[in-house]
Amino acid sequence: MSESQSTGLQLSGLQTTPSQTVGPFFRHGLEWEDGPYVVPEGTSGAFRIEGTVFDGAGLPVPDAVIETWQADPDGRFDHPDDPRGAVRWKDFRGFGRSATDPEGRYSVLTVKPGPLPVAGGGREAPHLNVSVFCRGMLVRLVTRIYFPDEEEANTVDPVLTSIDDPARRATLIAGIAGSAPTETTPPGYRFDIHLQGEHETVFFDL
Amino acid sequence: MPTYRPHTYRPDTPSHPPVSWPEYKSNVGRAPHKPFVLLPQRLGEITGPLLGEGRVGANDNDLTLGHDGEPQGQRIIVSGRVLDGDGRPVAGTLLEVWQANAGGRYRHDADRHPAPLDPNFTGVGRTITDSDGRYSFTTIQPGAYPWRNHDNAWRPAHIHFSLFGTAFTQRLITQMYFEGDPLFAQDPIFNSVRDPKAREAMVAKFDLATTVPEWALGFQWDIVLRGKNPTPLEEEDDDE
Repeated sequence: MSESQSTGLQLSGLQTTPSQTVGPFFRHGLEWEDGPYVVPEGTSGAFRIEGTVFDGAGLPVPDAVIETWQADPDGRFDHPDDPRGAVRWKDFRGFGRSATDPEGRYSVLTVKPGPLPVAGGGREAPHLNVSVFCRGMLVRLVTRIYFPDEEEANTVDPVLTSIDDPARRATLIAGIAGSAPTETTPPGYRFDIHLQGEHETVFFDL
Repeated sequence: MPTYRPHTYRPDTPSHPPVSWPEYKSNVGRAPHKPFVLLPQRLGEITGPLLGEGRVGANDNDLTLGHDGEPQGQRIIVSGRVLDGDGRPVAGTLLEVWQANAGGRYRHDADRHPAPLDPNFTGVGRTITDSDGRYSFTTIQPGAYPWRNHDNAWRPAHIHFSLFGTAFTQRLITQMYFEGDPLFAQDPIFNSVRDPKAREAMVAKFDLATTVPEWALGFQWDIVLRGKNPTPLEEEDDDE
Protein backbone atom coordinates (compact mmCIF):
# COMPACT_ATOMS: atom_id res chain seq x y z
CA MET A 1 0.00 0.00 0.00
CA SER A 2 2.92 2.32 0.66
CA GLU A 3 3.58 2.55 -3.07
CA SER A 4 0.17 4.01 -3.81
CA GLN A 5 0.56 6.44 -0.96
CA SER A 6 3.84 7.77 -2.33
CA THR A 7 2.75 8.02 -5.95
CA GLY A 8 -0.76 9.26 -5.32
CA LEU A 9 -3.94 7.73 -6.63
CA GLN A 10 -3.48 5.25 -9.42
CA LEU A 11 -6.27 4.66 -11.88
CA SER A 12 -5.03 1.13 -12.49
CA GLY A 13 -6.01 0.51 -8.91
CA LEU A 14 -4.94 -1.74 -6.09
CA GLN A 15 -5.58 -5.46 -5.95
CA THR A 16 -8.98 -5.80 -4.29
CA THR A 17 -9.28 -8.30 -1.49
CA PRO A 18 -10.98 -11.49 -2.72
CA SER A 19 -14.28 -12.76 -1.38
CA GLN A 20 -14.30 -16.00 0.63
CA THR A 21 -17.12 -18.10 1.99
CA VAL A 22 -18.93 -17.01 5.13
CA GLY A 23 -18.54 -20.66 6.19
CA PRO A 24 -20.82 -22.65 8.47
CA PHE A 25 -19.88 -20.95 11.74
CA PHE A 26 -20.78 -17.28 11.13
CA ARG A 27 -23.68 -17.17 13.57
CA HIS A 28 -21.83 -15.84 16.60
CA GLY A 29 -20.02 -13.32 14.41
CA LEU A 30 -22.82 -11.93 12.30
CA GLU A 31 -26.11 -12.42 14.13
CA TRP A 32 -27.46 -9.22 15.66
CA GLU A 33 -30.45 -9.12 17.94
CA ASP A 34 -31.84 -6.21 15.91
CA GLY A 35 -30.61 -7.62 12.59
CA PRO A 36 -34.03 -8.38 11.07
CA TYR A 37 -35.42 -4.92 11.92
CA VAL A 38 -35.06 -2.51 9.03
CA VAL A 39 -37.57 -0.50 11.06
CA PRO A 40 -38.33 -0.94 14.77
CA GLU A 41 -41.20 -3.16 15.86
CA GLY A 42 -44.39 -1.12 16.05
CA THR A 43 -43.51 1.17 13.13
CA SER A 44 -46.66 2.25 11.35
CA GLY A 45 -47.16 0.33 8.12
CA ALA A 46 -44.40 -2.17 8.85
CA PHE A 47 -44.65 -5.70 7.45
CA ARG A 48 -42.54 -8.83 7.26
CA ILE A 49 -40.82 -10.21 4.24
CA GLU A 50 -40.02 -13.85 4.84
CA GLY A 51 -38.95 -16.80 2.83
CA THR A 52 -36.89 -19.95 2.58
CA VAL A 53 -33.54 -20.41 0.93
CA PHE A 54 -33.37 -23.65 -1.10
CA ASP A 55 -30.42 -25.47 -2.63
CA GLY A 56 -30.35 -27.23 -5.98
CA ALA A 57 -31.94 -30.39 -4.52
CA GLY A 58 -34.83 -28.33 -3.16
CA LEU A 59 -33.58 -28.72 0.41
CA PRO A 60 -33.65 -25.75 2.78
CA VAL A 61 -30.33 -24.02 3.44
CA PRO A 62 -29.97 -23.64 7.21
CA ASP A 63 -26.65 -21.81 7.11
CA ALA A 64 -27.28 -18.75 4.96
CA VAL A 65 -27.44 -15.11 5.92
CA ILE A 66 -29.65 -12.71 4.00
CA GLU A 67 -29.06 -8.97 3.98
CA THR A 68 -31.38 -6.33 2.56
CA TRP A 69 -30.76 -2.71 1.55
CA GLN A 70 -33.50 -0.37 0.44
CA ALA A 71 -34.66 3.22 0.09
CA ASP A 72 -37.06 4.78 2.57
CA PRO A 73 -40.75 5.24 1.70
CA ASP A 74 -39.84 8.51 -0.07
CA GLY A 75 -37.40 6.62 -2.30
CA ARG A 76 -34.41 8.24 -0.64
CA PHE A 77 -31.22 7.06 1.02
CA ASP A 78 -29.71 8.63 4.11
CA HIS A 79 -26.28 8.53 2.49
CA PRO A 80 -23.86 11.16 1.14
CA ASP A 81 -24.01 9.66 -2.35
CA ASP A 82 -27.74 10.23 -2.62
CA PRO A 83 -27.67 13.87 -3.71
CA ARG A 84 -31.19 14.40 -2.34
CA GLY A 85 -30.51 12.96 1.12
CA ALA A 86 -33.28 11.68 3.37
CA VAL A 87 -35.62 14.06 5.12
CA ARG A 88 -37.98 11.92 7.21
CA TRP A 89 -38.03 8.40 8.68
CA LYS A 90 -35.72 8.85 11.63
CA ASP A 91 -35.84 5.23 12.80
CA PHE A 92 -35.39 3.79 9.34
CA ARG A 93 -32.13 1.83 9.03
CA GLY A 94 -32.59 0.69 5.45
CA PHE A 95 -30.55 -2.42 6.24
CA GLY A 96 -31.75 -5.82 7.40
CA ARG A 97 -29.86 -8.99 8.26
CA SER A 98 -31.37 -12.38 8.98
CA ALA A 99 -29.59 -15.72 9.30
CA THR A 100 -31.68 -18.68 8.16
CA ASP A 101 -33.11 -21.00 10.80
CA PRO A 102 -32.84 -24.84 10.70
CA GLU A 103 -35.70 -24.86 8.16
CA GLY A 104 -33.88 -22.39 5.92
CA ARG A 105 -36.20 -19.52 6.76
CA TYR A 106 -35.28 -15.85 7.05
CA SER A 107 -37.43 -12.84 7.90
CA VAL A 108 -37.07 -9.06 8.01
CA LEU A 109 -39.44 -6.37 9.26
CA THR A 110 -39.58 -3.35 6.99
CA VAL A 111 -41.69 -0.76 5.20
CA LYS A 112 -42.17 -0.44 1.46
CA PRO A 113 -39.47 1.65 -0.23
CA GLY A 114 -40.44 4.39 -2.64
CA PRO A 115 -39.57 4.22 -6.34
CA LEU A 116 -36.11 5.50 -7.37
CA PRO A 117 -35.32 8.06 -10.06
CA VAL A 118 -33.14 6.79 -12.91
CA ALA A 119 -30.54 8.96 -14.64
CA GLY A 120 -31.79 9.80 -18.11
CA GLY A 121 -35.43 9.32 -17.12
CA GLY A 122 -37.70 6.62 -15.81
CA ARG A 123 -38.01 5.04 -12.40
CA GLU A 124 -37.06 1.87 -10.66
CA ALA A 125 -40.05 0.16 -9.08
CA PRO A 126 -40.01 -0.24 -5.28
CA HIS A 127 -37.58 -3.03 -4.41
CA LEU A 128 -35.02 -4.29 -1.92
CA ASN A 129 -31.47 -5.16 -2.88
CA VAL A 130 -30.53 -8.51 -1.37
CA SER A 131 -27.19 -10.14 -0.56
CA VAL A 132 -27.07 -13.90 0.05
CA PHE A 133 -24.11 -15.48 1.80
CA CYS A 134 -23.92 -19.15 2.73
CA ARG A 135 -21.62 -22.05 3.35
CA GLY A 136 -20.69 -23.38 -0.06
CA MET A 137 -20.76 -20.03 -1.85
CA LEU A 138 -17.41 -18.32 -2.23
CA VAL A 139 -18.90 -15.05 -3.44
CA ARG A 140 -21.92 -13.03 -2.42
CA LEU A 141 -25.06 -13.58 -4.47
CA VAL A 142 -27.05 -10.45 -5.28
CA THR A 143 -30.76 -10.48 -6.04
CA ARG A 144 -33.76 -8.17 -5.67
CA ILE A 145 -37.17 -8.34 -4.06
CA TYR A 146 -39.96 -6.58 -5.99
CA PHE A 147 -43.59 -6.27 -4.83
CA PRO A 148 -46.56 -8.06 -6.41
CA ASP A 149 -48.87 -5.09 -5.74
CA GLU A 150 -46.72 -2.71 -7.80
CA GLU A 151 -47.65 -4.13 -11.17
CA GLU A 152 -47.66 -0.85 -13.02
CA ALA A 153 -44.24 0.21 -11.71
CA ASN A 154 -42.83 -3.28 -12.26
CA THR A 155 -43.89 -3.19 -15.92
CA VAL A 156 -41.56 -0.27 -16.64
CA ASP A 157 -38.77 -1.08 -14.18
CA PRO A 158 -35.48 -1.00 -16.15
CA VAL A 159 -34.03 -4.03 -14.35
CA LEU A 160 -37.12 -6.25 -14.62
CA THR A 161 -37.61 -5.31 -18.27
CA SER A 162 -33.99 -6.22 -19.00
CA ILE A 163 -34.91 -9.85 -18.28
CA ASP A 164 -36.63 -11.31 -21.34
CA ASP A 165 -37.96 -14.56 -19.91
CA PRO A 166 -41.15 -13.87 -17.91
CA ALA A 167 -40.59 -16.97 -15.75
CA ARG A 168 -37.13 -15.74 -14.79
CA ARG A 169 -38.47 -12.23 -14.15
CA ALA A 170 -41.12 -13.70 -11.86
CA THR A 171 -38.45 -15.10 -9.53
CA LEU A 172 -37.78 -11.51 -8.41
CA ILE A 173 -41.37 -10.71 -7.42
CA ALA A 174 -42.51 -11.58 -3.90
CA GLY A 175 -45.81 -13.25 -3.12
CA ILE A 176 -48.39 -12.07 -0.59
CA ALA A 177 -48.03 -13.96 2.68
CA GLY A 178 -49.11 -14.04 6.25
CA SER A 179 -52.38 -12.81 7.67
CA ALA A 180 -54.86 -10.89 5.55
CA PRO A 181 -54.10 -7.18 5.30
CA THR A 182 -56.30 -4.71 7.14
CA GLU A 183 -56.75 -0.97 6.71
CA THR A 184 -53.79 -0.30 9.01
CA THR A 185 -51.65 -3.40 8.47
CA PRO A 186 -50.30 -4.04 5.01
CA PRO A 187 -49.80 -7.62 3.88
CA GLY A 188 -46.62 -9.51 4.54
CA TYR A 189 -44.67 -10.90 1.65
CA ARG A 190 -43.03 -14.20 0.86
CA PHE A 191 -39.83 -14.33 -1.15
CA ASP A 192 -38.13 -17.70 -1.50
CA ILE A 193 -34.62 -17.87 -2.84
CA HIS A 194 -33.65 -20.82 -5.03
CA LEU A 195 -29.89 -20.97 -5.36
CA GLN A 196 -30.06 -23.54 -8.13
CA GLY A 197 -32.47 -25.75 -10.03
CA GLU A 198 -35.66 -25.37 -12.03
CA HIS A 199 -36.82 -22.30 -10.12
CA GLU A 200 -33.39 -20.71 -9.78
CA THR A 201 -33.72 -17.11 -8.66
CA VAL A 202 -32.27 -14.42 -10.90
CA PHE A 203 -28.92 -13.28 -9.52
CA PHE A 204 -27.10 -10.18 -10.61
CA ASP A 205 -23.66 -9.25 -11.72
CA LEU A 206 -23.02 -5.97 -9.94
CA MET B 1 -34.63 18.24 -12.96
CA PRO B 2 -31.47 16.89 -11.35
CA THR B 3 -29.78 13.89 -12.88
CA TYR B 4 -28.75 11.17 -10.49
CA ARG B 5 -25.52 9.96 -11.94
CA PRO B 6 -22.85 9.91 -9.27
CA HIS B 7 -19.83 7.64 -9.43
CA THR B 8 -20.05 3.90 -9.90
CA TYR B 9 -17.62 1.17 -8.85
CA ARG B 10 -15.19 -0.62 -11.14
CA PRO B 11 -15.71 -4.30 -11.75
CA ASP B 12 -13.19 -6.55 -10.00
CA THR B 13 -14.50 -10.00 -10.85
CA PRO B 14 -11.03 -11.52 -11.60
CA SER B 15 -10.04 -10.87 -7.96
CA HIS B 16 -12.74 -13.17 -6.68
CA PRO B 17 -13.44 -16.90 -6.73
CA PRO B 18 -15.68 -18.19 -9.50
CA VAL B 19 -19.37 -18.73 -8.70
CA SER B 20 -18.96 -22.42 -9.43
CA TRP B 21 -15.98 -24.15 -7.75
CA PRO B 22 -16.69 -27.86 -7.35
CA GLU B 23 -13.43 -28.62 -5.49
CA TYR B 24 -15.27 -27.07 -2.57
CA LYS B 25 -17.86 -29.82 -2.22
CA SER B 26 -20.71 -27.87 -0.68
CA ASN B 27 -20.50 -25.42 -3.59
CA VAL B 28 -21.81 -28.06 -6.00
CA GLY B 29 -25.44 -28.10 -4.87
CA ARG B 30 -25.62 -24.41 -4.10
CA ALA B 31 -23.87 -22.43 -6.84
CA PRO B 32 -26.35 -20.99 -9.35
CA HIS B 33 -26.15 -22.43 -12.87
CA LYS B 34 -27.78 -19.67 -14.87
CA PRO B 35 -25.79 -16.68 -16.07
CA PHE B 36 -26.02 -13.56 -13.90
CA VAL B 37 -28.00 -10.57 -15.17
CA LEU B 38 -26.12 -7.29 -15.34
CA LEU B 39 -27.32 -4.88 -12.65
CA PRO B 40 -26.43 -1.30 -13.56
CA GLN B 41 -25.18 0.64 -10.53
CA ARG B 42 -27.77 3.21 -9.62
CA LEU B 43 -28.77 4.90 -6.36
CA GLY B 44 -29.43 1.69 -4.44
CA GLU B 45 -26.13 0.16 -5.46
CA ILE B 46 -23.81 3.12 -4.81
CA THR B 47 -25.33 3.74 -1.38
CA GLY B 48 -25.20 1.29 1.49
CA PRO B 49 -25.62 1.00 5.23
CA LEU B 50 -23.27 3.27 7.16
CA LEU B 51 -23.13 1.27 10.35
CA GLY B 52 -20.66 1.83 13.09
CA GLU B 53 -21.11 4.03 16.09
CA GLY B 54 -23.54 2.40 18.47
CA ARG B 55 -22.83 -1.09 17.15
CA VAL B 56 -19.40 -1.37 18.76
CA GLY B 57 -18.53 -1.47 22.45
CA ALA B 58 -15.31 -0.17 23.99
CA ASN B 59 -13.50 -3.53 24.09
CA ASP B 60 -15.10 -5.21 21.10
CA ASN B 61 -11.81 -5.15 19.17
CA ASP B 62 -10.05 -7.15 21.89
CA LEU B 63 -11.19 -10.77 21.68
CA THR B 64 -9.04 -11.73 24.66
CA LEU B 65 -11.23 -9.71 27.04
CA GLY B 66 -14.73 -10.15 28.38
CA HIS B 67 -14.25 -13.47 30.15
CA ASP B 68 -13.15 -14.49 33.62
CA GLY B 69 -9.63 -15.28 32.51
CA GLU B 70 -7.19 -15.12 29.63
CA PRO B 71 -7.81 -17.36 26.62
CA GLN B 72 -5.33 -20.09 25.73
CA GLY B 73 -3.03 -19.54 22.80
CA GLN B 74 -0.62 -17.14 21.15
CA ARG B 75 -1.76 -13.54 21.62
CA ILE B 76 -1.66 -11.56 18.35
CA ILE B 77 -2.52 -8.06 17.17
CA VAL B 78 -3.93 -7.87 13.65
CA SER B 79 -3.99 -4.36 12.23
CA GLY B 80 -4.05 -2.56 8.92
CA ARG B 81 -6.08 -0.23 6.79
CA VAL B 82 -9.29 -0.48 4.83
CA LEU B 83 -8.79 1.21 1.47
CA ASP B 84 -10.75 1.46 -1.72
CA GLY B 85 -9.24 0.31 -5.00
CA ASP B 86 -7.64 3.72 -5.52
CA GLY B 87 -5.90 3.73 -2.16
CA ARG B 88 -8.36 6.08 -0.47
CA PRO B 89 -8.94 5.21 3.18
CA VAL B 90 -12.42 3.96 4.01
CA ALA B 91 -13.09 5.78 7.29
CA GLY B 92 -15.71 4.97 9.90
CA THR B 93 -16.67 1.61 8.43
CA LEU B 94 -17.73 -1.41 10.51
CA LEU B 95 -15.56 -4.54 10.57
CA GLU B 96 -16.91 -7.75 12.05
CA VAL B 97 -14.64 -10.73 12.70
CA TRP B 98 -15.11 -14.26 13.94
CA GLN B 99 -12.70 -17.16 14.31
CA ALA B 100 -11.87 -20.51 15.86
CA ASN B 101 -9.97 -20.71 19.14
CA ALA B 102 -6.33 -21.75 19.51
CA GLY B 103 -7.30 -25.40 19.16
CA GLY B 104 -9.23 -24.84 15.93
CA ARG B 105 -12.68 -25.05 17.50
CA TYR B 106 -15.51 -22.59 16.88
CA ARG B 107 -18.02 -21.70 19.54
CA HIS B 108 -20.85 -23.07 17.41
CA ASP B 109 -23.22 -25.99 18.02
CA ALA B 110 -22.48 -27.50 14.62
CA ASP B 111 -18.70 -27.59 15.11
CA ARG B 112 -17.92 -31.26 15.85
CA HIS B 113 -14.13 -30.96 15.87
CA PRO B 114 -13.06 -32.83 19.03
CA ALA B 115 -10.85 -29.96 20.22
CA PRO B 116 -11.69 -28.25 23.50
CA LEU B 117 -13.78 -25.13 23.73
CA ASP B 118 -12.02 -22.37 25.64
CA PRO B 119 -14.26 -20.89 28.35
CA ASN B 120 -12.28 -17.65 28.00
CA PHE B 121 -12.67 -17.25 24.27
CA THR B 122 -15.77 -16.56 22.20
CA GLY B 123 -13.98 -15.56 19.01
CA VAL B 124 -16.11 -12.58 17.94
CA GLY B 125 -14.98 -8.99 17.48
CA ARG B 126 -16.10 -5.70 15.97
CA THR B 127 -14.46 -2.38 15.32
CA ILE B 128 -14.74 0.76 13.23
CA THR B 129 -11.97 2.21 11.07
CA ASP B 130 -10.53 5.57 12.08
CA SER B 131 -10.22 8.59 9.78
CA ASP B 132 -7.20 6.99 8.04
CA GLY B 133 -9.10 3.74 7.52
CA ARG B 134 -7.06 2.01 10.24
CA TYR B 135 -8.32 -0.88 12.33
CA SER B 136 -6.78 -3.13 14.97
CA PHE B 137 -7.86 -6.37 16.66
CA THR B 138 -6.20 -8.10 19.59
CA THR B 139 -6.93 -11.80 19.57
CA ILE B 140 -5.50 -15.32 19.70
CA GLN B 141 -3.86 -17.07 16.77
CA PRO B 142 -6.63 -19.37 15.55
CA GLY B 143 -5.84 -23.05 15.06
CA ALA B 144 -6.23 -25.04 11.86
CA TYR B 145 -9.18 -27.40 11.85
CA PRO B 146 -10.24 -30.54 10.03
CA TRP B 147 -13.27 -30.71 7.74
CA ARG B 148 -14.73 -33.38 5.51
CA ASN B 149 -14.31 -31.79 2.10
CA HIS B 150 -11.77 -34.35 0.96
CA ASP B 151 -9.52 -36.99 2.50
CA ASN B 152 -7.54 -35.56 5.44
CA ALA B 153 -8.76 -32.02 4.70
CA TRP B 154 -7.67 -29.19 7.01
CA ARG B 155 -8.50 -25.52 6.77
CA PRO B 156 -5.51 -23.22 7.11
CA ALA B 157 -5.76 -20.93 10.15
CA HIS B 158 -7.92 -17.93 9.28
CA ILE B 159 -10.03 -15.12 10.67
CA HIS B 160 -13.34 -14.28 8.98
CA PHE B 161 -13.78 -10.59 8.13
CA SER B 162 -17.01 -8.85 7.12
CA LEU B 163 -16.96 -5.30 5.72
CA PHE B 164 -19.52 -2.87 4.35
CA GLY B 165 -17.45 -0.07 2.81
CA THR B 166 -19.74 2.80 1.87
CA ALA B 167 -21.85 1.15 -0.84
CA PHE B 168 -23.92 -1.99 -1.37
CA THR B 169 -21.51 -2.66 -4.24
CA GLN B 170 -18.50 -2.75 -1.88
CA ARG B 171 -19.91 -5.32 0.56
CA LEU B 172 -17.29 -7.99 1.26
CA ILE B 173 -17.02 -11.11 3.38
CA THR B 174 -13.58 -12.69 3.27
CA GLN B 175 -11.00 -14.61 5.28
CA MET B 176 -7.58 -13.48 6.46
CA TYR B 177 -4.83 -16.09 6.40
CA PHE B 178 -1.35 -16.21 7.92
CA GLU B 179 1.90 -15.99 5.97
CA GLY B 180 3.58 -19.28 5.14
CA ASP B 181 0.79 -21.62 6.21
CA PRO B 182 1.69 -25.13 4.94
CA LEU B 183 -2.02 -25.93 4.54
CA PHE B 184 -2.57 -23.46 1.68
CA ALA B 185 -1.65 -25.99 -1.00
CA GLN B 186 -4.49 -28.40 -0.21
CA ASP B 187 -7.22 -25.87 0.66
CA PRO B 188 -9.88 -25.50 -2.05
CA ILE B 189 -11.30 -22.36 -0.45
CA PHE B 190 -8.00 -20.46 -0.44
CA ASN B 191 -7.22 -21.77 -3.94
CA SER B 192 -10.63 -20.86 -5.32
CA VAL B 193 -9.00 -17.47 -5.92
CA ARG B 194 -7.20 -18.21 -9.15
CA ASP B 195 -4.91 -15.20 -9.43
CA PRO B 196 -1.81 -15.69 -7.22
CA LYS B 197 -1.60 -11.93 -6.65
CA ALA B 198 -5.19 -11.91 -5.43
CA ARG B 199 -4.52 -14.91 -3.15
CA GLU B 200 -1.59 -13.00 -1.70
CA ALA B 201 -4.00 -10.18 -0.81
CA MET B 202 -5.71 -12.52 1.70
CA VAL B 203 -2.48 -13.24 3.60
CA ALA B 204 -1.43 -11.23 6.66
CA LYS B 205 2.28 -10.60 7.14
CA PHE B 206 4.16 -10.88 10.40
CA ASP B 207 5.22 -7.38 11.43
CA LEU B 208 7.89 -6.68 14.04
CA ALA B 209 6.96 -2.99 14.20
CA THR B 210 3.50 -3.75 15.60
CA THR B 211 4.73 -6.66 17.73
CA VAL B 212 4.48 -5.61 21.35
CA PRO B 213 7.51 -6.73 23.39
CA GLU B 214 6.74 -9.42 25.95
CA TRP B 215 3.07 -9.31 24.99
CA ALA B 216 1.82 -10.07 21.46
CA LEU B 217 2.90 -10.79 17.88
CA GLY B 218 1.92 -8.20 15.27
CA PHE B 219 0.38 -9.01 11.89
CA GLN B 220 -0.38 -6.48 9.17
CA TRP B 221 -3.26 -6.87 6.75
CA ASP B 222 -4.75 -4.20 4.51
CA ILE B 223 -8.18 -4.77 3.03
CA VAL B 224 -9.00 -3.27 -0.36
CA LEU B 225 -12.60 -2.72 -1.45
CA ARG B 226 -13.75 -1.89 -4.98
CA GLY B 227 -12.56 1.43 -6.38
CA LYS B 228 -14.65 4.02 -8.20
CA ASN B 229 -15.01 4.69 -11.88
CA PRO B 230 -14.32 8.25 -12.95
CA THR B 231 -17.53 10.28 -12.61
CA PRO B 232 -19.11 10.86 -16.05
CA LEU B 233 -20.55 14.23 -15.06
CA GLU B 234 -17.17 15.48 -13.91
CA GLU B 235 -15.68 14.48 -17.23
CA GLU B 236 -18.37 16.39 -19.07
CA ASP B 237 -17.63 19.42 -16.93
CA ASP B 238 -13.94 19.11 -17.75
CA ASP B 239 -14.73 19.22 -21.44
CA GLU B 240 -16.62 22.46 -21.21
